[in-house]
Amino acid sequence: MTETQPAPARDDPGRAVPAIELTGVRKAYDAFGETVAAVRGVDLDIAQGEFFSLLGPSGCGKTTTMRMIAGFEEPTAGRVRLHGRDVTGVPANRRDVNMVFQSYALFPHMSVFDNVAFGLRRRGVPKDEIKERVGAMLDIVDLGGRERRRPAALSGGQQQRVALARALVNRPRALLLDEPLGALDLKLRQAMQVELKRIQREVGITFVYVTHDQGEALTMSDRIAVMNEGLIEQLGSPREIYEHPATRFVAGFIGTSNLLGGEVGELAGDRAVISFGPDGRIEVPLRDGTRPAAGERLELTVRPEKICIGPDKPADGLCGVRGTVTEVVYLGTSTNYNVTTSAGDDVVVFLQNATSAEDIAVRGDSVWLSWEPRHSYAIGAAR
Amino acid sequence: MTTLTTDPAPAPPADPAPAVRRRRRPAVLHVYTLLLIAWLILPIAIMILFGFNDTHSKQNFRWEGFTLRWYVHLFDKSDLTTALVNSLTIALLSTLITTVIGTLAGLALGRHRFRGKGVTNLVLFMAISCPEIVMGASLLSMFVTFNLPRGYLTILVAHVMFSIAFVAVTVRARVVGLDPAVEEAAQDLGAGPWTRFRLVTLPMIMPGVVAGALLSFVLSIDDFVITNFTSGATVTFPLWIYGSTRTGTPPQVNVMGTLIFAVGVVIAVVSARRSLRASR
Ligand SMILES: Nc1ncnc2c1ncn2[C@@H]1O[C@H](COP(=O)(O)OP(=O)(O)O)[C@@H](O)[C@H]1O
Ligand SMILES: [Mg+2]
Repeated sequence: MTETQPAPARDDPGRAVPAIELTGVRKAYDAFGETVAAVRGVDLDIAQGEFFSLLGPSGCGKTTTMRMIAGFEEPTAGRVRLHGRDVTGVPANRRDVNMVFQSYALFPHMSVFDNVAFGLRRRGVPKDEIKERVGAMLDIVDLGGRERRRPAALSGGQQQRVALARALVNRPRALLLDEPLGALDLKLRQAMQVELKRIQREVGITFVYVTHDQGEALTMSDRIAVMNEGLIEQLGSPREIYEHPATRFVAGFIGTSNLLGGEVGELAGDRAVISFGPDGRIEVPLRDGTRPAAGERLELTVRPEKICIGPDKPADGLCGVRGTVTEVVYLGTSTNYNVTTSAGDDVVVFLQNATSAEDIAVRGDSVWLSWEPRHSYAIGAAR
Repeated sequence: MTTLTTDPAPAPPADPAPAVRRRRRPAVLHVYTLLLIAWLILPIAIMILFGFNDTHSKQNFRWEGFTLRWYVHLFDKSDLTTALVNSLTIALLSTLITTVIGTLAGLALGRHRFRGKGVTNLVLFMAISCPEIVMGASLLSMFVTFNLPRGYLTILVAHVMFSIAFVAVTVRARVVGLDPAVEEAAQDLGAGPWTRFRLVTLPMIMPGVVAGALLSFVLSIDDFVITNFTSGATVTFPLWIYGSTRTGTPPQVNVMGTLIFAVGVVIAVVSARRSLRASR
């Protein structure tokens, strides 16, 4: 798989009117007399040309947020701006964004060509131009020669690409995709992830991508907003979100992470030191001016691949914790170790099988876990 | 560089061998099927056959040889022709009205939540399940109470009334099965409410609308019970035939029945072929 770098912020001369701007957006639904707060205050700036993902578990308000951008729902409070223009209250058919629905929502009674041409015809684009643009777009999504088919005669992956072409052919200011790959099987989904990213680079349109699949969000996005219960928990590049989870929720939701906790023993410069068990010691860099007092409880997370495992006490500059191996799982390219620390926390360690021909430890071994202090992240208290 | 996950390549899914086996049907089933078809077709076959009967008596019950006479003199009995024209125009008008109103009602019931929806559904169900004899009698007393002269118009009103529910129910079934996202997609692509309805919603519910319209036409053209209560001095095709049975039903009736049946068969075949093509 190709590695994609986050696109650097484009410094256009007009200086960054965001493609999409949400300010203080809330949405409450009336369901059977009860109010359901689906979105509870979201602020977002999505830049021109960005691949932006809304990531979160089912029911956290991703679809609602997207539907407010598209114009299918009106926010209970707050404003939606597209390219600086306030579109709150403007119906979907007069907004310059297009959506790809999870169910594809193709017009079953129309050919592939008519499906893709639908938006252009509504805008009165001349016939010749429609033919040319639809043809070109179908080539981009690799469906050339299938213009006359009905959607029902296409495979799931092909229908998905028709839906994509139908939206993209209008050259919208932004494309909104609501779990577009959710109905595809694993292999096709992975292929389409690469494909979507390629298409997005090719057409240079802002993509807002809704997904509950963290792997998908991490591979494709320039930036990710992690949502939970109608709020954005963290917003940043995939690397920031993965390596510096801001909250316990993010740490738990993205990848596998180890949650450790302990009382702050001393503050050494910009680091808090936690004594862990009889002779364990963890250093945590303090960021964003957080200053826990000595004796206060601090929670931190360490990613499983940052941890080393070995029989000896690590060198002084490293964090070190003692534990007992409870499980060893061989996975081909890597081996997972489950270790219970002396303080009773369960920790997972991923080791690449690059050099070691044999397992470093076996079940029941007493081991030391070690990592560099910069890989410990203090996280906010649980909400 | 962060390599996020390295999944071991998933094994290709085992090719599921489609197990469609043809089973030998027992001979009993063949016989049973043929008997059933014969039973359904026999009365119609006899009706068609006696339209070609060279009968000279007033009754048309005994085979006396083949003729095309009744086809040539189809419209000789002017009161029968008037009755047929009445039936056809009432059926067409009633179908037109019920299809429009019933489709709108079906859309509303299938798509939206509104005050009075439950009551509307109940009323539709009652209109379908109410015995015709009850409905006919009550319509008559209503028209008498309101002092409306019975005739062509009251027949039409009655026919619209009892067939509207059938259209609404068929359309509603179709609407409920639709993905609401399809219309949203149309809106998203710039279609206003009317365009959306014309280009997306209507074509998608069309099979339901057509089925409802056909049902409504068929219900109207051969209705006897309710029409009998509401007709006053106006005579429709079924009423005329019923009246003629005492003196003898002329072969023209068989011919007209044959022609109506033929049109029905053509419509059924065409719509079956269309839906077959659409599903491919
Ligand atoms: N039309 C609606 N009426 C009532 N409640 C709704 C409606 N749409 C969504 N909700 C509720 O709002 C919350 C967020 O839903 P949604 O935005 O669809 O979440 P997600 O897309 O993240 O799964 C859920 O609790 C859901 O039940
Ligand atoms: Mg959703």
